[in-house]
Amino acid sequence: MLPECRAGSPASLSRLESRDLNDRQTCTGDRKAEDYMWSRANQLFCWASPLLPCCWCQVSRFCPPRKSCYDWIGPPDKCSNLRPVHFYIPENESPLEQKLRELRQETQEWNQQFWANQNLTFRKEKEEFIHSRLKAKGLGLRAESGQKATLNAEEMADFYKEFLSKNFQKHMYYNRDWYKRNFAITYFMGKVALEKIWNKLRLKQKKTIN
Amino acid sequence: MAASPHTLSSRLLTGWVGGCVWYLERRAMQESPHKFMHLFRNINKQWITFQHFNFLKRMYVTQLNRSLNQQVKPKPEPVTSPFLEKTSSGQAKAEVHELRPISPPSLPLSRKANEKELIELESASVIEASIDVGNATKEEKQWKEMKLHVDDLPGILARLSKIKLTGPSSVRGVPPHKLPGACHRIALVVSTTSAGFALAPGPFDWPCFLLTLLGTGLASCAANSINQFFEVPFDSNMNRTKNRPLVRGQISPLLAVSFATCCALPGVALLTWGVNPLTGALGVFNIFLYTCCYTPLKRISIANTWVGAVVGAIPPVMGWTAATGCLDAGAFLLGGILYSWQFPHFNALSWGLREDYSRGGYCMMSVTHPALCRRVALRHCLALIGLSTAAPILDVTTWTFPVISLPINLYISYLGFRFYRDADRKSSRKLFFCSLWHLPLFLLLMLTCKQPPGGGSDKGEPQS
Repeated sequence: MLPECRAGSPASLSRLESRDLNDRQTCTGDRKAEDYMWSRANQLFCWASPLLPCCWCQVSRFCPPRKSCYDWIGPPDKCSNLRPVHFYIPENESPLEQKLRELRQETQEWNQQFWANQNLTFRKEKEEFIHSRLKAKGLGLRAESGQKATLNAEEMADFYKEFLSKNFQKHMYYNRDWYKRNFAITYFMGKVALEKIWNKLRLKQKKTIN
Repeated sequence: MAASPHTLSSRLLTGWVGGCVWYLERRAMQESPHKFMHLFRNINKQWITFQHFNFLKRMYVTQLNRSLNQQVKPKPEPVTSPFLEKTSSGQAKAEVHELRPISPPSLPLSRKANEKELIELESASVIEASIDVGNATKEEKQWKEMKLHVDDLPGILARLSKIKLTGPSSVRGVPPHKLPGACHRIALVVSTTSAGFALAPGPFDWPCFLLTLLGTGLASCAANSINQFFEVPFDSNMNRTKNRPLVRGQISPLLAVSFATCCALPGVALLTWGVNPLTGALGVFNIFLYTCCYTPLKRISIANTWVGAVVGAIPPVMGWTAATGCLDAGAFLLGGILYSWQFPHFNALSWGLREDYSRGGYCMMSVTHPALCRRVALRHCLALIGLSTAAPILDVTTWTFPVISLPINLYISYLGFRFYRDADRKSSRKLFFCSLWHLPLFLLLMLTCKQPPGGGSDKGEPQS
C-alpha cells in the first residue's frame, strides 16, 4: 500500500486543490502571490534582456502526478546542463530522510549556481574574445554570407587555455566541495537505506510475534 | 470530436432559449474569436490544465491592467471553476454549454472604443501565453520518474561500467557507431588482458584464462562505475558523456557505489585466489590508480594523461602475470606497448574536445600545452616501432614481427607526424581513428609471431 504522496505540507496547499484535477499535485496552489510575482518579474526581465539567456529565470512549473512516490528528474537546464530533481516528500519522513533531502536540494542549487555561472561566463568571454580577434583582423562580426563570423579551433585555443588557467582556483574549491557533498549524500543514502531495512525487519518481527 | 460548439449548443437548448443563446454565442465568437475558439479547442483536446488556465488568466489580467485601467474585465472565473471540478472533456463540454449563456453577456456589457485594442491584446497575450504554455507542456513531458525498473537495470549497469555506450553521446559530432574503440572500454581492457595472457610463454590454461578475464572485467567495471560516480556534474557538461546513467538519474549514487563494490570484491577475490596473488594485487592497484589518482588528477594537472597511460598498460601485464606468475621483461614490454599506444590515441581524441575541457575545468595537454600534446603523440608513435623491435630481443616474438608490423607502425607514425605539423582537427581525427584499428592489428600480429615454446634461448618445456 503506497503512502499518500504530496508535494508539500498540507498548510501550503490552497483551497483550490482538488484530487480529481487531472490526478496532479496542484503546485499552483502552493504558489503564493510572491512566487507568482517573482516568476512574472523574471519573465519580464527575460524579455527585456536579450543578452542573457532566460534559463535561470524560468522556474519549472512541473508538478509530479499525485500517485507518484518517487523523485522526478527533468531535462538538462539550458544554462547549467544539470538535470533538476523534484524531490518527493513522504508522509512519514524521518529526520534522517529529511536531512538527506535537504542536503540533496541544497547541493542541487549550489551545483546549478556554479555551472550556470560558469557556462554563462564562458559564453560571454568567448564572444568577447571572438569580437576582439575579429576586430584585430579587421573583419566584421558577420561574414560575407551573412552568417556570424567565427574563429577556427586553432585560433580559439588561446582563449581555451586562458579561460582554463583563469578559473583553475575556482575549480579547485569546487572540486573539493563537490567531493565532500557527493560522499556525504551517498553516506546518508546508505544510512537511510539501512534505516528502512531495519524498520521493515522490526515490522516483520512484530507481525510474527502477533 | 470535431463538432463545433454551435452544433452542440443548438442541440442542447431548444426553442427561443436556444435561439437567444446561439445569437449571443455568435456575437461572442465574432467579438473575441481568438480567445474562445482557442479555449474551446483546448478543452476538447484536454490541453489546458488548471495550472495553464490560471496562468492564462493571470497573463490576461495583467495585460488588461496595463492598458485598460481595469475597465473591461471579462470574467474568466465562471469559466475556470467548472474545470476545477470536472476533468473529462465530455463533462467539460457540458459545462461549457451551460456557461455560454453566462459569459458572453458580460463581455458586451461595457465595450468601449478600445475594444479592438482589447481583442488585439487578448489574442497577443493568449498566443504568447499559449506558446509559453506549449513550451512548458513540452518541458513537462521530459520529466521522468526516478523509479528503477528491474528490466532496465542490466542496460543501465552496462552503461555505468562502460561495457558499451548507447545513445547520442559522441565525440564532437562523430556518431557513436563510428567510435567503437572509445566506447567499449571494458572490451578493450578484456582484450588486452587476453592478449597478455596469450603472449605469455607456457601452455595455454583455459580455466585460468577465463578466470583472469572475468576478474579483470569485474575490476574494470568497478573502476569505471566509481569514475562515473565522481564525475556527475562534469559529465553533464560534456557532450561526450552527458547521457551516462548517473547524469540522467537512472540510478542513484548509492546504487553506483554498491554496484562498484559488488564488482570489485568478487573480481579481486577471483584474481587473488583463482589466479594468483600478484594478479590480484595488480588489479587492486589499477582500480586505485584509476579512481583515486587519475580521476581527481584530471582536474588538477596534465600529469593525469601519464597516469591514465599506466592504467591502460596494466591489464596486459595482469594477463601475463596470470599466465606466468611473475613480472618479467615480457610483461614490461607489453605494458610498454599499451602505455605508448595511449598517447596517440588520447591526445588525438582530446584535440577535438578542447572547448569542453576548458569549460569543464579539465587540465589536458591539448588545452594547456598544445605543442607538448602533439610532440608526445608523435614521440610515442615512434616508440611503438622501437618496442616492436624489442619484442624478438626479449623472446616474446620472432623476428618476423617487427618486419610485418612495420607498415602499420610507419603509417601511424606518419599520421602522428601530420598531427604534429598540421595541428588541426582533420589530422587529429585521422590519427585517432587509426589508433582504433592499429592496436588490435598490432596485437594480432604479435600473437601470430609469438615465440614458439623451445624456440627461445632459455624457455624450455614447462615442468609438470
